Amino acid sequence: MTDRAQVYARIIELIEPLNPKKVALTEDTSFAGDLEMDSLTVMDLVASMEDEWDIVMPLNMLPDLETVGQVADAVTRLVTK
Amino acid sequence: MSDLFSKFDALIAERAGVLAKGIRDPFAIVMQEVKSPTVAIIDGKETILLGTYNYMGMTFDPDVIAAGEQALRKFGAGTTGSRVLNGTYQGHKECEDALKDFYGMSHAMVFSTGYQANLGMVSTLAGKGDFIILDADSHASIYDGCYLGNADIVRFKHNSAEDLEKRLRRLPPEAGKLVILEGVYSMLGDIAPLQELVAIAKAHGAMVLVDEAHGMGFFGENGRGVYEAAGVADDVDFVVGTFSKSVGTVGGFCVSNHPKFEILRLVCRPYTFTASLPPAVVACAATSIRKLMHAGDKRARLWDMSRKLHSGLIARGFRLATDSCESAIVSVLMPDQETTVRMWQAMLELGVYVNMSRPPATPAGVFLLRCSLCAEHSAEQLDTVLERFAMAGTAVGLFADA
Ligand SMILES: Cc1ncc(COP(=O)(O)O)c(C=O)c1O
Repeated sequence: MTDRAQVYARIIELIEPLNPKKVALTEDTSFAGDLEMDSLTVMDLVASMEDEWDIVMPLNMLPDLETVGQVADAVTRLVTK
Repeated sequence: MSDLFSKFDALIAERAGVLAKGIRDPFAIVMQEVKSPTVAIIDGKETILLGTYNYMGMTFDPDVIAAGEQALRKFGAGTTGSRVLNGTYQGHKECEDALKDFYGMSHAMVFSTGYQANLGMVSTLAGKGDFIILDADSHASIYDGCYLGNADIVRFKHNSAEDLEKRLRRLPPEAGKLVILEGVYSMLGDIAPLQELVAIAKAHGAMVLVDEAHGMGFFGENGRGVYEAAGVADDVDFVVGTFSKSVGTVGGFCVSNHPKFEILRLVCRPYTFTASLPPAVVACAATSIRKLMHAGDKRARLWDMSRKLHSGLIARGFRLATDSCESAIVSVLMPDQETTVRMWQAMLELGVYVNMSRPPATPAGVFLLRCSLCAEHSAEQLDTVLERFAMAGTAVGLFADA
């Protein structure tokens, strides 16, 4: 059983290499605004999360996932489904 | 009141920065005169065109022009209507018949552009609860088709059979699936390993759509595209293409053997809710497509020219996106934005037009000078181009640290 805290911690690790400016990462950090990620980077990050937990995160979910916390919630939901 | 344009400020500033260095705008070229498929006048100067996708040089074919002129006189300048209302003329039917013959398929639908063909097919075929599985480097029209529709969108690593298989395995076996591939990827000019990819898609019960925009006319025995050359025609459900490249005019299409295909005319919004192509355009397209069925000489010349440009650039020290010549697109890898724009401008000043491409249109943040060949390029033009590439590369210091 993977719980949300574990998911969140791992997501932070996956984001770290994509965070060259070392923006502080919290539940409320946003991908587009705070991390200045372009859409290609976000899609690559999604692919790495899919592989990490063996889940499907369709790209059409992305508009609703603006912050690290929202992504952790979504992944947790998909993993425990 | 907030200005809706403020979201573009970063791009505006970036462009202003480039233009302030005395570089002309690479996205605002005007062709003052077009003398042939390979020569135009730009800024009053005769320029060799090496970035037009006019692969088979059909834009000035005398039969194509005659057919267009006749249709213009006989049927008028435009149809002023949708394909499903008053906008289907005899010429549209003849154009669809030409496509059916060219592809050996039982159904053909002509759209107003290739962009709209992808928009329509992708958004209509896969609905709510279905899955679209697309290559990460797919053309903008495929991505936009995904966002117009309601399917779940899954992206796999460019040309990776392993990644496609992994992602298909995670999907519910009973769900509807559409795998979208391209024969030739237009940014790097690389081709897809369709044999492997199509086999995996079929093993997982998916339907397969292949965009052959850059393969029509010179891949496969009948010039149908990379999917024909790869021997997977029986497993491809839909082929999308365009008239804006090898065919030499404008328009898009989808061909298929699916028995229920014709219903799409009523449910595919980018087909229904727009005016049909003008009579002259469909007449040009039909004539061109029929001529492309017997264009063996042009095909051979196009391949010969493409290989020579590819090996010639490598010999002169350029880094290319593909190790060998895979298509009629030859992409030169550039180190950064500024060198790319300066090199592009140096080429233009030397009388050669190539395409400049930058992220996000390109994959993995690469900057490219993209060349596409035409069957009508002469050996002398090719020599001139290679010479000027070397001159421009030296002038901008591309080889300085080599
Ligand atoms: C792969 C691909 N598909 C579709 C299109 C769209 O074609 P059109 O120019 O007819 O809109 C293009 C070209 O722009 C393309 O490169």
